[in-house]
Amino acid sequence: MATARKLTMAQAVSEAIGQEMERDPKVFVMGEDIGRYGGIFGATGGLLQRFGKERIMDTPISESAFIGAATGAAAEGMRPIAELMFVDFFGVCMDQIYNHLAKNTYMSGGAVRLPVVLMTAIGGGYNDAAQHSQCLYGLFAHIPGLKVVAPSNAYDAKGLMIQAIRDDNPVMYFFHKGIMGLPWMAHFEGSTNEVPEEAYTLPFGQARAAREGKDVTIVTLSQMVHKAVLAAGVLEKDGISAEVIDLRTLVPLDIDAVVRSVKKTGRLLIADEDYLNFGLTGEIAALIAERLDTVALRSPVRRLGVPGVPIPYSRPLEQFAIPQVNGVADACRELMRGKVSRAA
Amino acid sequence: MEPTSEQLMWMYETMILIREYEETMANTYLEGKLPPNIQKGLAFDIGSGPVPGEMHLAAGQEPVAVGVCAHLRKEDTVVGTHRPHHFAIAKGVPLDRMTAEMFGKATGLGRGKGGHMHLFDPEHKFSCSGIVGASLPPACGAALAAKKMGKDWVAVAFFGEGAANQGTFHESLNLAALWGLPAIFVCEDNKYAISVEKTESTAIRSDADRAAAYGIPGIAVPRNDAIEVYEAAGEAIARARKGGGPTLIEVKTDRYMGHFQGDAEGYRPKGEVNELRKDDPIPALGKHLRGRGLLDDAKDAALREKVHARVLQVYEFARNSPYPEPRDALAHVFA
Repeated sequence: MATARKLTMAQAVSEAIGQEMERDPKVFVMGEDIGRYGGIFGATGGLLQRFGKERIMDTPISESAFIGAATGAAAEGMRPIAELMFVDFFGVCMDQIYNHLAKNTYMSGGAVRLPVVLMTAIGGGYNDAAQHSQCLYGLFAHIPGLKVVAPSNAYDAKGLMIQAIRDDNPVMYFFHKGIMGLPWMAHFEGSTNEVPEEAYTLPFGQARAAREGKDVTIVTLSQMVHKAVLAAGVLEKDGISAEVIDLRTLVPLDIDAVVRSVKKTGRLLIADEDYLNFGLTGEIAALIAERLDTVALRSPVRRLGVPGVPIPYSRPLEQFAIPQVNGVADACRELMRGKVSRAA
Repeated sequence: MEPTSEQLMWMYETMILIREYEETMANTYLEGKLPPNIQKGLAFDIGSGPVPGEMHLAAGQEPVAVGVCAHLRKEDTVVGTHRPHHFAIAKGVPLDRMTAEMFGKATGLGRGKGGHMHLFDPEHKFSCSGIVGASLPPACGAALAAKKMGKDWVAVAFFGEGAANQGTFHESLNLAALWGLPAIFVCEDNKYAISVEKTESTAIRSDADRAAAYGIPGIAVPRNDAIEVYEAAGEAIARARKGGGPTLIEVKTDRYMGHFQGDAEGYRPKGEVNELRKDDPIPALGKHLRGRGLLDDAKDAALREKVHARVLQVYEFARNSPYPEPRDALAHVFA
């Protein structure tokens, strides 16, 4: 039996793109510094050398133009991948994304297909401050018409990217900088894992249990999965068994996996690196609240997220604002102490 | 319009200050980021050390900052980029509080919340942003406000040649032209937008030519020279103060360091920076000053000594300043 090789998440993403580009000549990539540089976060490493400038296209700093162009090219049957360097830059091109890429299929009654993958770097924790540290997948998940994918590890990253490229719909693919396995940024090592050499897909809307447990459910995705798993390791020593659900995709959302877990544990923590207010954590909490006729909670739902502040620069401030391993563990301990009131 | 002797000396000393500041930051930035005390297997850890995160240094680009700011008053506005230190220094932003901000200290300009790409000093009308092209609209706004208040103040937006392909550039030039705003748009063409060269990103050769599309004057400054920038900026600023509207200036300048610190610059031809440094604008201005009898070895040494002491002092201030309390993160979302 051959030992599977381990890839970093960055390598897994570029491998996925490379394999699909070999298989399908209609796939090409546009973005800033994706050519010679291989992508600032390594998502297109080695691809320029293999496929050339015609298919790995460095663009000017003109996101509206080239992301809008991805929409237009897709409408003509191409399968573009566009990279938005940092998700935080969405502001300069959001109209093309949310009013066009997201809505044209619907507005055309299904006549128009837009097989675009818009990949982008997310996440903080390395002091890049308010305009370069956000996650924002909640914001995109809020807009009808965009699929939202955020892998936590290399194996998932490759399968989900190939799925994204083969999907005939717009897919927003969020890779967290702190788990890409870059040689210049501290990363959670669980994100680098075994990746099969052949192409494979992972379906959207299928969460996985990153860790099984019976006392409390932690629902999360992307880099926070690793923090949750570390927190679970700490909690184990206190005799608390935490289950970690890695959502992998927000649109479509595998709410059934969440429900199954919460039915088992009765205690739910949604941990998110995105802003707390009006986002993912609220969505999951609401979906569970809507199912309280069949799901019994032993404790009120707890949510962790960035508490309504821009991401601050200074280290003590950033570590306060972004949920950390101890914060996740403390929230679980509170859940163990909590109780729900009886129905009226 | 020629610079006075005072202005020449100010430009020279300020360029030396900027250069020493950036070189000191280049070294300081590396503290704590290299093996062995970082995650095993990493060559570099961007989030470690006393100045963590990204760092974009402007060594080589000093003439653009001093040539423009030599004409500016405290009430004039400067909006900078993600590579802002030379603009901030030339505009008179307090160096100790600026440095403390980059160390994330409570004594920083933003109480540690902004960091190096987000330096705000309302007293000196200075701000900057990490978003490419974001400097132009606020400069239009400052110019608009000045006009509405009947002041002869001007606003300067600095940006790179990469930003000249962003929508805000085009919208801002048209808006400023249409409303006759006292705005000066200064493009630093350092050839690179991270790794992408201007020839690979821009359909035309000179961004100064774009001014014609908006019906405003465009001045191309072909050399990385403080006096040439001074002359172009002087003309533009005088015009704006008299109600003559905006100007676009494009300066060919040189980025001596990486796009960000830690950038291996594999995309850059070997030896390119060494070649560029042969035309270092600081000794070039020094030579000019000596030729005019304004500078000699003793004066130069004294000047550099003074700059050195100042740089040491502000870094010391930053290191010795306290960090903010973690819970301070919750404050200042709203005024």
